[in-house]
Amino acid sequence: MGTLDLSRRTFLSSTGAFIVGLASPDVWAQAAKPSPLSPNNPKLSADQLDAYLSIDKNGKVDVFYGAIDGGQGLETSIAQMVAEELDVPLSSVRMIMGDTRQTLNMGGASGAQGVSRRGTSLMKAAALARQILVEEAAKKLRVAPADLVVQAGVISLRNNPAKRITYAQIIGGKSFQTNVRWNGQWGNPHDIATDAPLKNYKDYKIIGQSPKRPDLAKKVFGEQDFPGDVRLPGMLHARMVRPAVAGAVPVSVDEQSIRHIAGAKIVHIKDFLAVVAPKEWDAVRALRALKVTWSQSEPNFPTHKEVHAHIRKAKVTQRTIERENGKLEEGLAKATRVISGEYEYPTHSHASMGPGCAVADVRADGATIYTSTQKPHYAADGIADLLNIPRDSVHVIWMFGTGSYGRNDQGDATADAAVLSKALGKPVRVQWMREESLGWDPKGTASVNFCQAGIDEKGDVIAYELISRGFSRENLATNEGRASGTLAGQLLGAKLEPKNTFNIPFASYTFAHNRVGWETVGPLMDRASPLRSTHLRDPYGPPILFGSECFMDEIAAAVNMDPVDFRLRYLTHPRDKEAVRIAAEKAGWQKRVSPRRDLDTSSDIVEGRGIAYRRHFDTFIALVAEVRVHRKTGVVEPTHLICAHDVGLIINPETLRHVIERQLVYGTGRTTVEELTWDRNMVTSLDWNSYPVLHMPHVPPRITVHLIERPEAAPSGAAEMALGLVPAGMGNAVFDATGVRLRKIPFTPDYVKAALAV
Amino acid sequence: MAQKMTLNVNGHRQTISVDDPDMPLLYALRDDLGLNNPRFGCGLGQCGACTVHVDGVPTRSCSLPVSAVGNSKITTLHGLGNRQKPHPLQAAWIEEQVNQCGYCINGWMMEGAALLKRNPKPTEAQVREAFSDLICRCGTHNAAVRAVLRAAKQA
Repeated sequence: MGTLDLSRRTFLSSTGAFIVGLASPDVWAQAAKPSPLSPNNPKLSADQLDAYLSIDKNGKVDVFYGAIDGGQGLETSIAQMVAEELDVPLSSVRMIMGDTRQTLNMGGASGAQGVSRRGTSLMKAAALARQILVEEAAKKLRVAPADLVVQAGVISLRNNPAKRITYAQIIGGKSFQTNVRWNGQWGNPHDIATDAPLKNYKDYKIIGQSPKRPDLAKKVFGEQDFPGDVRLPGMLHARMVRPAVAGAVPVSVDEQSIRHIAGAKIVHIKDFLAVVAPKEWDAVRALRALKVTWSQSEPNFPTHKEVHAHIRKAKVTQRTIERENGKLEEGLAKATRVISGEYEYPTHSHASMGPGCAVADVRADGATIYTSTQKPHYAADGIADLLNIPRDSVHVIWMFGTGSYGRNDQGDATADAAVLSKALGKPVRVQWMREESLGWDPKGTASVNFCQAGIDEKGDVIAYELISRGFSRENLATNEGRASGTLAGQLLGAKLEPKNTFNIPFASYTFAHNRVGWETVGPLMDRASPLRSTHLRDPYGPPILFGSECFMDEIAAAVNMDPVDFRLRYLTHPRDKEAVRIAAEKAGWQKRVSPRRDLDTSSDIVEGRGIAYRRHFDTFIALVAEVRVHRKTGVVEPTHLICAHDVGLIINPETLRHVIERQLVYGTGRTTVEELTWDRNMVTSLDWNSYPVLHMPHVPPRITVHLIERPEAAPSGAAEMALGLVPAGMGNAVFDATGVRLRKIPFTPDYVKAALAV
Repeated sequence: MAQKMTLNVNGHRQTISVDDPDMPLLYALRDDLGLNNPRFGCGLGQCGACTVHVDGVPTRSCSLPVSAVGNSKITTLHGLGNRQKPHPLQAAWIEEQVNQCGYCINGWMMEGAALLKRNPKPTEAQVREAFSDLICRCGTHNAAVRAVLRAAKQA
């Protein structure tokens, strides 16, 4: 880890132009140099060590983490990484997270890269700081640096511990004024390099421990404030007014209709409409009482039941083959048997526990914004764009808040608050309602997977094709960094900037003739759509892996192979194979060709098990799902999920286990119950009954997580990778139990019963 | 039009001025009394994020009109215990590191505390039953069950 890991960087580089700068760190220096000054605060420079950490007179370390902790423990894990390289106690490290005045744009929560990218950047900064401090100490103590040791922020002579000096004595309260090599990138690709060596993992003392999270005690004692808890003098409470039919815009608003509510006011700018009041309940009353004449709108959406048929026949707007080898058509022609399968994945809402909520205080000299959006720097950029004010005049203060798990409605609520505060000249708190959060949050796209495979006379798989088709994952940008990327901006007329992107997970299955790619279709509504599609947690995972990993089992069954043996035969990366092997071992996997043939076919209750595998970045995971299927009712119960998880170096094992366990529960919900519904006009699943989420009776009661120890490998991400395996794992288990292949999510009793009856 | 109402919250009696007697208790607690727990999750009584105890009974404050509270004793999560004197469930909750975002925490902890009061040694099935009508989007369900069982064991 001490030097650039080129293989990993090459792999991650698909997100940007960073790939051209990979040959060596020196290339960075030669590349065209963007300004290192943060556009959100030009006093911070990305090429200065001081932008990453500081040490005060008491030896307390502030770490400037230009991203956030979405509730999965990054605050502690990143602090552990820094404390380790800096050789300070964990308790002396304070994480400054997501504040746009104090941190650089490191991307926010995105792709579960908090540890793998931003954490490793900060480790490099910490190692450089330690090196500088040791060199300073050597000068002051008049010894060679090599004769010094550091423990808990105290530098002492190896053979005479009494001769010592502390970090605080050397640098306390002063700046380092030392350069780091910044790669010229903001956001996810942001990184730095230094010449300071990193520790060998064998010497780690803090990494690999499981200290508890400080935010949890605050939450448990009711001390943790979220953005909705910010109360500013003179603050008004706002509710957004949304149409009942998508695309309708307010034509006229009856002011008299809310006249009876004390202090209630209407804010109507172009197509943007809200009510405000000094008391929160009065804002709710005003929302309910307000009479609006809306424009005629006839979206004529294909409904959620028709959307997959629509995706099949709609014009393809972009087709991208991500990976190809051999000649697929030749392979299929040579095959003695060709099998095919299609799999449908529904539209999902982020369905956050807390609807979007933010507080904005926009004044003539700048804007202060309180938000839990997962990309605060982009929120600042977007608000500057939306309000037409300088980027560095917007101060976004990120706070812990509801789990967003993708680009949920927080960014939109934040933009709403900024528009309202500017219009009213007062601080404004916007709270979205439940129906608004489910109806109007950005959505995870529906998709259809088309799979086929060619098998030769020996039973070998010689050809494989996977094409996944759906709405673009960036019809709406994955962050709110531009006015066009917010609902407020779209209602105020910002020029739209849709992109066609989709992506497919990497897998090391190797076939002689292979083609894997994606196709997008156009959006159902261009502007201010309740169905605008963007990133939802593990964007490329569950929708595609449901198809690809179920189809692997279809092929295994076609060639009479056990599903684990099949994967071990065709996967080529050793870490993939190890994850599959260990998951099977931990599950006590009995080899057999699915479906099982040893069952009493008259039994109402049948049990089966399925496996699914994935790689995401350098995280290698396999999941065995054991299910019980009730044939009469169609209920599919996950009884035990067993996950083998290889993330490389593990920073905090307890947190890692928790993150995996909880996402497998979440993934079960996205497999068995969640589905956004809509009619010709508008989303119809607007509460927790019509948008069902997992409740306790349907939670897998047993979840076993096996962490594969690989401390020599760079740490990868863990916050969303495992959940994508639940749909295929459970689908394969149902097939094993019943011989029936489920082809669409969610596995509701009605659907399963119908599938079993066929 | 406004009428004065006195609420007994976490052992303190506080008087507020209410325009609309149908205003849910949640808004009185948050907006009038400045208590940051409980939280608004749905306003429909479906999720539990706004749960408080009303005379010891877990109640969804988003769906209870403030005028119906009367002299009942209201306890919020903040009133359950504190760092100096934590409720056993709070201690167990930290020990198990249950939550991720914690937005739902009021519902789970207030239901869990009420369960332990009426049934100090619940079975796992009883804990799951008590939690059957709560939502958590982070998937902390099993961890919450473990925390209640831990608290019961240590009581």
